[in-house]
Amino acid sequence: MKELSGAEILWESLVAEGVEVIFGYPGGAIMPVYDVMLKYPVHHVLTRHEQGAAHMADAYARTSDKVGVALATSGPGATNLVTGIATAMLDSSPLICITGQVHSNLLGKDAFQEIDVTGITLPITKHNFLITRADEVAEVVHKAFHIARSGRPGPVLIDFCKDAQIQIAQYHEPDPALPISLPGYSSPVHAPEDDLKTAAEMIEKAEQPVILAGQGVLMSNGMEMLEFFATKTQTPVAMTLLGLGALPTSHPLSLGMMGMHGEAYCNQAIQNADLLLAFGMRFDDRVTGNLRTYAPRARKIHLDIDPTEINKNIDIDLSLLGDLKTVLSDLIPLVDEYDHDAWKIQINGWKKETRERSILSWQDDGILRSPRVIHDLWEMTEGDAIVATGVGQHQMWAAQYYTFEKPFRLITSGGAGTMGFGLPAALGAWFAHPEEEIWLIDGDGGFQMTQSELSTAVQENANIKIAIMNNGFLGMVRQWQEFFFDKRYAATPITGPDFVKLADAHGIPARRIEEPGEVLSAIEFAQKTSGPVLLDFIVEKEESVYPMVPTGAALDEMIRRPIFKKDSAVKSK
Amino acid sequence: MQQILFALVENKPGVLNRVSSLFRRRKFNIESLNVGRTEKTDISRMTIVLENEAVDARTVEANLYKLVNVIDVQDLTNQPAVVRDLALIKVRATPETRGEVASLAEIFRANIVDVAPDSVVVEIAGTEDKIESLVELLRPIGIEELVRTGQVAMMRGASDGKRYTPGANGKTKITA
Repeated sequence: MKELSGAEILWESLVAEGVEVIFGYPGGAIMPVYDVMLKYPVHHVLTRHEQGAAHMADAYARTSDKVGVALATSGPGATNLVTGIATAMLDSSPLICITGQVHSNLLGKDAFQEIDVTGITLPITKHNFLITRADEVAEVVHKAFHIARSGRPGPVLIDFCKDAQIQIAQYHEPDPALPISLPGYSSPVHAPEDDLKTAAEMIEKAEQPVILAGQGVLMSNGMEMLEFFATKTQTPVAMTLLGLGALPTSHPLSLGMMGMHGEAYCNQAIQNADLLLAFGMRFDDRVTGNLRTYAPRARKIHLDIDPTEINKNIDIDLSLLGDLKTVLSDLIPLVDEYDHDAWKIQINGWKKETRERSILSWQDDGILRSPRVIHDLWEMTEGDAIVATGVGQHQMWAAQYYTFEKPFRLITSGGAGTMGFGLPAALGAWFAHPEEEIWLIDGDGGFQMTQSELSTAVQENANIKIAIMNNGFLGMVRQWQEFFFDKRYAATPITGPDFVKLADAHGIPARRIEEPGEVLSAIEFAQKTSGPVLLDFIVEKEESVYPMVPTGAALDEMIRRPIFKKDSAVKSK
Repeated sequence: MQQILFALVENKPGVLNRVSSLFRRRKFNIESLNVGRTEKTDISRMTIVLENEAVDARTVEANLYKLVNVIDVQDLTNQPAVVRDLALIKVRATPETRGEVASLAEIFRANIVDVAPDSVVVEIAGTEDKIESLVELLRPIGIEELVRTGQVAMMRGASDGKRYTPGANGKTKITA
């Protein structure tokens, strides 16, 4: 037992939770916390904006088995975290945000830099706390970490009054043997035996089953169980964007990504299935298309840890509530081996047709196209890099053409679709895995939203490689304008700085690539140069992401990529 | 038809805000929401009356459990439960009409709890229907003000209301 200030208790508690890196930005109401920081073995990364801190901590958590921690001051420092917290909430990422708050006796007085942060973040956090006394700190931090990482993970915010940071209290190290006093908090682990038996019966009757694997597979570390189950029952596996890596894309049972920009054969398989096994996914509108026409013949089994997901978007036939890995391992002994040969042959027919339309089957016509660049990047990195992305066309191409073989390799904002996520996410991933090859694939629009974090990359000498797919457009919105708004390009043409000069101003080596023949050498240059490197790919301006399920259409009513004809490929001006 | 649930929650600042924010966010339309203390000082009880069946009680229960401060949720709809509402009704009453109000109150086992020169306050506790009936009878006389607590409910005898989510109730929690 020690007598410490609230600020010191915070750091003691963070160290006790295993925190090694923290992302933040100082300010008035959090100064006592910063004042004692240097005494503790925690590396603080000074970001250039609090949004960057939240995204970095989020990505750090997504790529490691740790909770990410972001630190900011009160008022605008805290509100700048909001986009990052919402991003983590929608993607179930274990993030802890600690914000300074004004003196507790000034609460409610509109004091300088006072904002009701617990109020603002209430709907976008799993839980939040307000600390007004130093003797609350240790317990709150302990609870916050437990809530953030257990069950369905999510962000937790701790708002920390300045007087409580200074106040002295007695600190006891938390005893891991003692239960945490959260009487209203629990998560299901095992699904009831009867439900498992019913599931096994439904699986036995199925002739055209499809597994829908979501991020829940990764979060419960259920990848091996998934592969075992899929192989035993010979059930093809479709993955959500955040579920990519749940099964290697090259696995014979992999259908790749489902949904709005999913593989055509994957969506066709889902629409024709007679049984859907939804594993740790939530039937987001981007993966279902029109709900009325979604998988009309299929019975649906939904395995999830979160009871609120059951029947939220889709009426299901059976729910299996619990930890995915645990439930799968309970279920596997109850199911028999099947072959589903006829079903696989049918799917392979759709697969072949898709391959003919792939951009990779196109001849080189001298035009630099993002999908091709990403494919080259995949080859040069042997498909083994950690890839962070922004949001938009490049993100979908990264999902399609950087075919993921391993889990935790794609770091992307799925639910929130947060542009500007990419650069801070790449940095956060680097702090979790400095030994890995880390690439940011971003668009020229989203990159400009958080490009100030280039300074952070330099200050930390982060070994990240940046590939900007620069098409001078907010490409995904442009694509929608092309398809659905008669090409009225309102506010989508976007200029940017000379990214090579911008990198140069930061002391970051950079190259501009304009011809397909320059791609491989540029990637090699980036790989051979240590520290941050920027590659500015000047790509075809009006390329679109195919296939695409238009809003309101059935999942298999896709706009397909036109089949390549050499004379039809005209470079747009 | 109305659905009636109750939730036991930790008695902490901001819990009502969490619950009402959840209902707004998930578009659960509520008829009434009553909060009060229980026999345990650290636990409050909320009685939640949902306007209609547009939202499934199971969904409401599951969402309430996602709030860290919610300990137990039970559905009392169509269960053997005692359900009561309390209303205070200020009725225009001159010395000439006071007698009529008093006799109506008596029939309904309501109490007159305040008498002023030109109005009386009637207090009535009971089911929603009973209160509605009295209100309709008092309306022609002249209602000046009306306030209701919203319904509160409790199961008869020893049995509990309905719980839906396995493992997610206050008594047999499974912890992760």
